[in-house]
Amino acid sequence: MEPGTDRSATVEPRDPMPDGYRRTLVRQIAQHAHSEIIGMQPEGEWIACAPSLRRKAILMAKVQDEAGHGLYLYAAAETLGTSRDDLLEALHTGRQKYSSIFNYPTLTWADVGAIGWLVDGAAIVNQVPLCRCSYGPYARAMVRICKEESFHQRQGFEILHTLSHGTPEQHAMAQDAVDRFWWPSLMMFGPPDADSPNTGQSMAWGIKRFTNDELRQRFVDIAVPQAEALGLTLPDPELRWDEERGHWHFGTPDFSELAEVVAGRGPLNAQRLAHRIRAHEDGAWVREAAAAHAAKRAARTPGQEPAA
Amino acid sequence: MSTPAPGSDATATYLLGLADDALVTAQRLGWWVSRAPELEEDVALANIGLDQLGQARGLYTVVCDLEGAGRTEDDLAYLRDASDFRNVLLVERPQEDFAVCVVRMLLLAAWQSEVYAALASREGPARGVAAKAVKEVAYHLDHAAQWVLRLGDGTALSHERAQAALDAEWPFLAELLEPDPAAVAAGHPDPPSLREAVLARIVPVLTAATLVVPEQSTGQPTGQPTGGRRGHHTEHLTDLLAEMQQVARAHPGATW
Repeated sequence: MEPGTDRSATVEPRDPMPDGYRRTLVRQIAQHAHSEIIGMQPEGEWIACAPSLRRKAILMAKVQDEAGHGLYLYAAAETLGTSRDDLLEALHTGRQKYSSIFNYPTLTWADVGAIGWLVDGAAIVNQVPLCRCSYGPYARAMVRICKEESFHQRQGFEILHTLSHGTPEQHAMAQDAVDRFWWPSLMMFGPPDADSPNTGQSMAWGIKRFTNDELRQRFVDIAVPQAEALGLTLPDPELRWDEERGHWHFGTPDFSELAEVVAGRGPLNAQRLAHRIRAHEDGAWVREAAAAHAAKRAARTPGQEPAA
Repeated sequence: MSTPAPGSDATATYLLGLADDALVTAQRLGWWVSRAPELEEDVALANIGLDQLGQARGLYTVVCDLEGAGRTEDDLAYLRDASDFRNVLLVERPQEDFAVCVVRMLLLAAWQSEVYAALASREGPARGVAAKAVKEVAYHLDHAAQWVLRLGDGTALSHERAQAALDAEWPFLAELLEPDPAAVAAGHPDPPSLREAVLARIVPVLTAATLVVPEQSTGQPTGQPTGGRRGHHTEHLTDLLAEMQQVARAHPGATW
């Protein structure tokens, strides 16, 4: 039976599955895992200069959660017969992608708030349906991740709320961050449905539950009243309530910008990847030492084979 | 505001030193997040950094209460200059080499284990903070010991790097074991009395890791780097604080 036919059953690692289903899942889960670990960088830069000890602790815990999410997701991908090393290799050589949003810079402290509110907010809208995805290990990883993401989203909202109601300089900082992150956040849902050739098959397999445009609309509908509560504006002159549709009408994101960033020509693509590759290469001697030590121990313990 | 109890000035001074050790350590560990050798280590170092940050915050709060001058943890962290910080020199220098990171963690955690155990064992304003910290630094010590063992008894390269890190960090252990008038005035053990217990936590790990213990001149501060507890720091602390305090100081009086 094709995955997704029976909506109440999940596909598990040992179940037979079509090659295309497996490939699609590996690509999607890997991209998601890569996004978590690349996403540690833009916020990680602000751990050192967070403006209060409470904010520093919250931010450090958040970036730690992202590393943890990366671990769950690589483990979920491994159940499909691939290894974390292979996936990291694919990230480092550019064969696999990560979310385009992390190629934008975090210029001020308010950007940490905007990432939490908008970027994590968009991620939640994307990810909540994945908790019911047809592939069991992915769905279960997403349940855990979504709980933590909603915590992060509230913290981001709270950062912006404090700034928006603080000094005039803090308010301006918050508005500037939202102005810069709004459109890239809308692009996180991917190209419009008409230009998303894989959506139909992914929906049939029960990997996706909603189209890119449906999710984008849902995000806008959630974000507009929240922006009002923050006392901040969204940088879209077309934004208005559409009585007939029962949704907020919004302008069209510049999808040519998305295509450029995805193609590797965003503001910080080169820097993000270089940082990741450098951490990996700088740590090679440590990983080799750990493997060598484990092998020595195993050799000293009778009856135990060295780990592969 | 209550009248400070006798000895509370000394207690505040002593605890401020411990708090500054923890904050500066947390700041240095934060650098590793997104740069660790493997993802599990990003998680572990962030975790240890968070513990140290939590210890700093708990101790700052006690110090502020003892002072009774209305200062907050953020005033202490963000509005003091380097010469007002009382941390030891061990923790303030950059640690962008993983071997330095884990060797330093071993030395610090061995010492913090003894100091927090002593604080937790007697009545006093920091007893609660110390009781929690004892459990946390036991994990830091174990984590550091595991890595020192892997690096020391791993590959030829890792052995060489671990030994170099140990040689570089070891002289800074002396400052942690120097006589500390504030500790004594506050009724805490004078650091030299902790020397044997601290070394008993460190040396067996180094031996198992096949590392050569540098000449054991600790406890005789002559010629050893020192001065942090009196506010005499390296230029690295100034750089660290400039980065840490920049946003807070650019917006005086703002709430975050």
